[in-house]
This record gives sequence, C-alpha cells and structure tokens, in this order.
Amino acid sequence: MIEVKKLKKGFGDKTVIDDVSAEMKPGNCTLIIGSSGSGKTVFMKCLVGLFHPDSGEILYDGHDFTTMNEDEKKEIRKQIGMLFQGSALFDSLTVEQNIMFPLNMFTKDSYAQKLKRVNEVLDRVNLKDVNKKFPAEISGGMKKRVGIARAIVLNPKYLFCDEPNSGLDPQTSLVIDKLIKEITDEYKITTVVNTHDMNSVMEIGDHIIYMYQGLKEWEGNNKEIIFSKNEKLNAFIFASEFLKDAKDMRMLEMKGKIDNNRNMDDLLK
Amino acid sequence: MIKGMFSKPENMRVYWKEFMHQCSEIGIGSLGIVVIISFFMGAVSAVQTAYQLVSPVIPKSTIAQIVRDTVILEFAPTLVCIVLAGVVGSKIASELGNMRVSEQIDALEIMGINTKTYLIMPKILAALITIPFLVIISAVLGIVGGRIAGSASGILSAATYDKGLLQNFFAYNVFFALSKAYTFAFIISSIPAYYGYYVKGGSLEIGQASTRAVVVSCVLVLFADYILAALLL
Repeated sequence: MIEVKKLKKGFGDKTVIDDVSAEMKPGNCTLIIGSSGSGKTVFMKCLVGLFHPDSGEILYDGHDFTTMNEDEKKEIRKQIGMLFQGSALFDSLTVEQNIMFPLNMFTKDSYAQKLKRVNEVLDRVNLKDVNKKFPAEISGGMKKRVGIARAIVLNPKYLFCDEPNSGLDPQTSLVIDKLIKEITDEYKITTVVNTHDMNSVMEIGDHIIYMYQGLKEWEGNNKEIIFSKNEKLNAFIFASEFLKDAKDMRMLEMKGKIDNNRNMDDLLK
Repeated sequence: MIKGMFSKPENMRVYWKEFMHQCSEIGIGSLGIVVIISFFMGAVSAVQTAYQLVSPVIPKSTIAQIVRDTVILEFAPTLVCIVLAGVVGSKIASELGNMRVSEQIDALEIMGINTKTYLIMPKILAALITIPFLVIISAVLGIVGGRIAGSASGILSAATYDKGLLQNFFAYNVFFALSKAYTFAFIISSIPAYYGYYVKGGSLEIGQASTRAVVVSCVLVLFADYILAALLL
C-alpha cells in the first residue's frame, strides 16, 4: 500500500502540489485525473522519487520513502514498475533486450530463464513475434504494451502509468486500460495511473483522485464520479456539450424516463 | 556529476558490457576519421616543412625530425582530439540528451539504477582507454604519411626520412603526448556527458546542447593544451 501524507512540492515561488494526502491500495487502480497543469505528473514523479517533495510523507508499506537514503530507495525502486507517457523504451535495444534489461541488471538467471520470462510477459501483454524488432519498428500501442511488459517483468508490487493512453486511438486505449486492470487484479499490484482520458476513468477507476491546481479536489470511484456535485470536477469531466447531453440522457434513463430500447426514429421525431 | 558516478554497480557484467560497447563506439567508431586525418596531417606537414626549409646547410633529414616532433607533440594529440570532440562529443551529448528527453534516463532511475554510473562512467572510462590508443595510432600514421609524401614528391628519400626519425628523439615527448591524450580524453567525454545528461526541453535543446558541448570541449582542449605545454615542457 502507498500512503501519501500532506505532500507539498513547489518550483520557485509556485506551489504545484499543495497538501495532498491519499491512500493507494493493493489490487486497486488509483487514477489521478485532472486537466493539464493540475500537478498530477509532478505528484506521480514525487511518488516514484524523480522529484523530492518539499514536505510530507510517502509511505511504501509503512516505510517513508522521502527520508530513505539512496540505497534504501533503490530497494523500493526495484519493486516499482513504470509505464511512461512515451513508453521510454531504449532505442538501441530490441523489444526482447528492452524487457530483459531489468532481468540482466537485477537477477542472476541464465539466458534461457530470462528469455522464458520475457516470452511470458510478452504473451501476457498479447504480443507475439516482436522479440527481435526495435522500438522504431512497432506501433504506438505495441510500444505501450512492451512498456508494460518491461514494467512487470520483475513482478513489481507497485505499477505507475503516466498517461498510458496518450496518442492512442480509442480502441487501443481500451485494450491498454483492460490490460492494466487485468494485471493489477492478477498480481494484486498497487497501480497508480495518471490520465485525463474519461474512458479510462470509467473502465478501470477503482479509486479516483481529481486534482485541481495542485489540490486534491475530489476522491471517489468510477460509480460515484458521474453523480458528483463537485462543479470543478463536472466541468472537467463533461467538458463538451455532447458529454453533458450524454450525462443528462443517462440520468433520465436511470430515472426511467427514457426507454433505452425505444426506436431511435421515435426519439428523433 | 563526476561525484555521483562513483557508486557500486548493480551488476558488474552489464556494466562491463556497456563499457566494451562504448570502447567500440568511441574507439573503433572514430578510427576511420583518425586514420584519414593523421595520414594527411603527416603528409602535409612533410611537404610544408620542406617548402620552408630552403637553406642548403640544413640536412634533409631535419624534415623528418620536424614532422616527427610536430606530429607527436601537437598534431596527434591536439588536432585529433579536437576532431574527436566533434565526433565523439556530439554523439555523447545527443545520445544522453535524447535519453533524457524521451524519459529513458527516468526509466533507468525508477528501475533503481544509478544512471550516472551506468551511462556516464563507461563513456568516460572508454574514452580514457581508447583515445590515447587513437593518438598513438595517429602519431604513427602521421609519421608514415610524412614518409610516403616525402618520397612520393621527391623531397627526401625514405632512407633519409628514416635516418632523420632516429635523430634527437626524446622519449619524454611521447609521455607528453600521452599526458595530453588522457587530459583531452577526459574533457571530450565528460563535458558532452554533462551537457547531454542535464538537457531540458526537446529536440531543439538537444541540438543546442550538442553544439555547446563541442564548442566548450574544443576551447577547453586548447586551454588545457597550453597549460600542459607550459607545465610539462
């Protein structure tokens, strides 16, 4: 479990994360949502130790990450897998070598054992016949899946995904979302996802944190979010007229005022 | 940055592989340009020295001595290292810069790898190992180039050239050349590594960092060249 207590982070005079507290539980997908500049990326970078917070605590299973020395942090990081927005695959290595890299670095397994593990995780993310390809030779969705495979190859306890759907079409996004959810459930990983994709929120949001200008504005799950009365959250979720209409329709449908099975021609009359 | 490089490698075998890869990239990768430059550098210095030595009282073997000492003392270490600052320096800066911008360095950090140790140390060590060898190869090829150019253009015979090479030879000059080579190797690997590792922004900034790294490395090589000459000669 990851616990964040009163986290603060600023750059110069500007406070980017202001007094944010949260709990992220194993087997749950915690989604951090918010518009661009709301501080969600900085928040995630603080969690994984790429930024040092100005104050507050980040507890990994009760151990404060912010006060650890580099060696202790290394031990925690070995339990972390991360999928980056741009996948961050090593350009000069093949897919197989990319996934094998953490195994080479941190295990003493034989090449055959490592290759077996690589093929297992590639199979888990539904990728075949890409072992010898370079990142430049595969599609964006495949890169994300390779990124996930590399992130889970050492069986991490914590999985962080920064904008996993950016640059992907809606169908591929759905595949990536489902994969993240399945892996979280299967391995009981504590997963934290940074996103502003509402499809992801509705699909995999076991726990959602909405950030607004560095503050935690709302917290809940994907069943509660649609009924939230928080104006800032609603303005973020239902940004377009189409989505507002869709929400109204859904509400009416739930109240029984619209028959969802009614012929579309009748509705349009 | 240099201080942060010294930490225990997570896996010695992976680091060794990376070190050997860098030796190949820096050493073998630059060999072609070093061979071409060195040969013509020696050839041109032989022809130009002969052009300036018009006195009949100066023996022709002096041309070989001048070519030898110029190549060993200055051309092989300094000229080659300035070229390498462009070839190797821009490569190191752009490679690390691209890794920084595309979050590959962050990915390594999150895996629990000391990125300064893994990415920078093998490059600096590889440069310290391979560049002095390149300088030695350059000096030999420069002298050979002078010999071939001298005899091909009829300035002096190969036998006279060989005789001149053995006259008044000071082994200390080789030590001086190697001292320069080690110093320059450190400069042309660490400065670009610094600029590349700490780059911020996108592709434009990578280009700027790469250019800045080469310019600063070249200036520092020339500055160090003067300091070493003043101190050691």
